[in-house]
Amino acid sequence: MATVAVDPRTEYLLRLGDDALVLGQRVSEWCGHGPVLEVDISLANLALDLIGQATLLLGEAGDGDKLAFHRDVLDFRNCLLVEQPNGDFAQTIARHLLYTTWQHLLLQRLTRSSDKFLSEFAHKAVKEVAYHRELANEWTIRLGDGTEESARRMAEGLDWNWRFVPELFEVDESLQAAIDRGIASDPRQFEAEYRSAIATVLADARLEQPAEQRPILGGRRGHHSEHLGHLLAVMQFLPRTYPDATW
Amino acid sequence: MSSDWPLWEVFVRAKGGLSHRHVGSVHAPDAQLALAHARDTYTRRLEGVSLWVVPSAEIVASDPDQAGELFEPAESKIYRHPTFYDIPDEVKHI
Repeated sequence: MATVAVDPRTEYLLRLGDDALVLGQRVSEWCGHGPVLEVDISLANLALDLIGQATLLLGEAGDGDKLAFHRDVLDFRNCLLVEQPNGDFAQTIARHLLYTTWQHLLLQRLTRSSDKFLSEFAHKAVKEVAYHRELANEWTIRLGDGTEESARRMAEGLDWNWRFVPELFEVDESLQAAIDRGIASDPRQFEAEYRSAIATVLADARLEQPAEQRPILGGRRGHHSEHLGHLLAVMQFLPRTYPDATW
Repeated sequence: MSSDWPLWEVFVRAKGGLSHRHVGSVHAPDAQLALAHARDTYTRRLEGVSLWVVPSAEIVASDPDQAGELFEPAESKIYRHPTFYDIPDEVKHI
């Protein structure tokens, strides 16, 4: 489906907003299923922070509820990494490490965005995400440098998610236009820092860096994996079935 | 899993100047994650500005069987409460 072309600022808000929304929904799937009560609460907190970020970003891009609940899968602009299934706890942590490290480096730079909304948003969100990153680092190290089983699961979780990392650093025409206007931050400028930060955590966790795989791209253009449709079906069912429902 | 993890007692300082107060406990594999679990469990509604976690096993508790000898002797000693003074009206904040 061809999406109506939108201006680079709105497109950028949608990308960041959809990242936060989809990852927030994914992480919230753990609610009531966490390996222990304390971890269940930690994960629910991460999810709530992300849904809060999505509310701000999508609310700035347009009608937030409409965008979240009444858009079809091909119109979502999130990266492929955030829609990947939770798998086990280690796979969830691997995905979170890879995303939240990127998000933290990005938000640090977006505090200096020429766009007032994005700069204020980044000032607020960067503190939340600093904690997400810290937690993902700690758990990666505990699992990687834990038992034989936890190390194997952590390595498998990283292996699953690794091929979606290059997309985080992809710059297309729309993003380039937002970068040129000082709204967006160029992710290529912090790719080296990202790679070295991840390498440091993996070394602390006594984990090998996963073998390079063929990158999978396309989420920013609406080419999603099968997993996103299932996620949206659960998330959108209620407001789509009962459009006038209030609570 | 949590049965393998030690228990940690959690203390929260509500704001600067107040002392840390016991609020509950969390399971965690080590001190750093105990702090994270305490943060996520007990300070999500702006309850605090500082956290302590202490291994529950390190708490030395009085023996409930000794409650009689330890605490009951204080019952009949109301003169230990500073309530027998007339406080001048000019003295505030008592």
